[in-house]
Amino acid sequence: MSRETLINTALALALLGVPLWAYAVDEPFIITLATKVAILALAGVGLNIALGLGGLVSLGHAAFFGIGGYAMGILASHAQTYTAITDWPVLIEGTKSMPVIWLVAVVASGIAALLIGALSLRTSGVYFIMITLAFGQMLYYFAISWAAYGGEDGLSVYVRNGFPGLNTLDPIQFFAITFVLLLAALLFSARLAKSPFGLALNAARQSPQRVETIGLSPYRLRLLAFVISGMITGLAGALFADLNRFVSPTMFSWQTSGEIMVFIILGGTARLFGPVAGAALFIILEHILGGLSEFWHIYLGLLLLLVVLFAKGGVIGTLAGREQAHD
Amino acid sequence: MSLLLLAEQVLNGLQFGIMLFLMAAGLTLVFGVMGLINLAHGSLFMVGAFAAAAVAGATGSFVLALIAALAAAAAAGALVEVLVIRRLYAREHLDQVLATFALILIFSESTRWLFGSFPLFLNIPEALSGPVTLPGGIQYSLYRLTLIAIGLAVAFGLFLLISRTRLGIQIRAGESDREMIAALGVDISKLYTIVFALGAALAGLAGALVGAIQSVQVGMGEPVLILAFVVIVIGGIGSIKGALVGAILVGLTDTLGGLLLPLFFGLFMDNAAATSTGSALASMSIYILMAIVLVVKPSGLYGAKA
Repeated sequence: MSRETLINTALALALLGVPLWAYAVDEPFIITLATKVAILALAGVGLNIALGLGGLVSLGHAAFFGIGGYAMGILASHAQTYTAITDWPVLIEGTKSMPVIWLVAVVASGIAALLIGALSLRTSGVYFIMITLAFGQMLYYFAISWAAYGGEDGLSVYVRNGFPGLNTLDPIQFFAITFVLLLAALLFSARLAKSPFGLALNAARQSPQRVETIGLSPYRLRLLAFVISGMITGLAGALFADLNRFVSPTMFSWQTSGEIMVFIILGGTARLFGPVAGAALFIILEHILGGLSEFWHIYLGLLLLLVVLFAKGGVIGTLAGREQAHD
Repeated sequence: MSLLLLAEQVLNGLQFGIMLFLMAAGLTLVFGVMGLINLAHGSLFMVGAFAAAAVAGATGSFVLALIAALAAAAAAGALVEVLVIRRLYAREHLDQVLATFALILIFSESTRWLFGSFPLFLNIPEALSGPVTLPGGIQYSLYRLTLIAIGLAVAFGLFLLISRTRLGIQIRAGESDREMIAALGVDISKLYTIVFALGAALAGLAGALVGAIQSVQVGMGEPVLILAFVVIVIGGIGSIKGALVGAILVGLTDTLGGLLLPLFFGLFMDNAAATSTGSALASMSIYILMAIVLVVKPSGLYGAKA
């Protein structure tokens, strides 16, 4: 077992253990914090497929996070008021069932990622960063001006959506759902990295010309990676909305995109558990520093600056040392 | 719709575009010469606006406020360049994005800490307030007209600076081959600091000028920054001319889209639906413009190869 695997296992156990302990001593707020870590880490795992594996610096992943959130908000608010979303050409009704909402969130963010990716991937480097940022902002303004679904105020859902056989209102059961989804995404992401697709994508990041020479299209590889990445982040968005029982245009804002990227970098770029470590650190800092000072973002900024300038591997890089060649 | 309203909106779009140009010019210059993507450029816009509001509040002079905005933004730019940005030139874009994102957090929260969360107000100077009558009987705000004039003057000055002066020669040489001009004895790190401070001063100027027609508050820079990115993508990275053309295109599209799209949908929809569809689409219009430019010319209107 390599040192990184050891750290990953410890992180997964800690993320499971802390809420279980909180459940035992009856501290529901800590369970909610752990749920938030799991969901934000899931969003980071999504972005990490594009960013770490594909080398695509997308500063617009809030678009997919927000679409996932609005998928939940729209479906659940219609189910709440017993109104149909549309009755033409076919009747579509709202739903309070999590699996259905997840499916809609994943498909919708996948389609959005396909469109945004198809346009943005025509360029690369700094253009790509600016364009993904701009498309994210486009959806932000769209959500603000979309009066039918709350506009600037967003949408509230009174009761958390249901999952067959579980009581999602119980914090520990909702945490269990998010934790299982996070583990599934991590497993998927690890398998993806070692699959022929993942290897080709990695190669396209390092040397697109060579990949092209052997008959693969870097554009298609990247587009597929971008779509998968958007889908996972979209799922996280739906869960995040369910955690808060609230969606608003803030989910689309460029700060959200930046924060998802910050999780990855604090944890360690292209590390499997980087987003988990990063999201946990972020929430812990928010909780501790946020309690000390209203202006805790100054310290977050300074920390981020130090990590970028001097500690490139983030938390996992510092603990686990250099990355192995094929891991 | 009257023609007068249309003319007024065209002028508004032009004014908005010119202010975007001041932002985009600095960004594109910094990217062209140093290869750096700077997200904190919006913070320098904010620094300019706050410096102007503070000085105008203390002295009552708009000219002093503008000087303060230029000085504060240039100084903040130079300081940040020496402390942080300088270490990022050789790094990949991801590091530049994250480090400058960190700078936004630091700038925004420090400003909130210094000035509080409530917006400040910067008044339009007495001499420039009120409307003027333009040929054709158009009533238009004298201040906004002055903004257009100042912006065009700065654009012209920038063009002269880059094409006619020694510094301009060094900037252009720095864009094409930084090792070579370093070998020729130009102090490259001083040149980079000057270029960065110049871009910062332009952003600060824009912040102060725009601050008088909207409120001065934390976070005012980032929406403008993102629009400036759209401008650069449309105009082509590194091209000042592209930034000017792109900025005016974006300014006009944004302003006229908000006016014309609801009217357009009103032709075949009822009023309420037309207004909501029109304004939703108008808020997306500049991004749609960007998408079209990308499909036709991926490296922008005046860009070199992406």
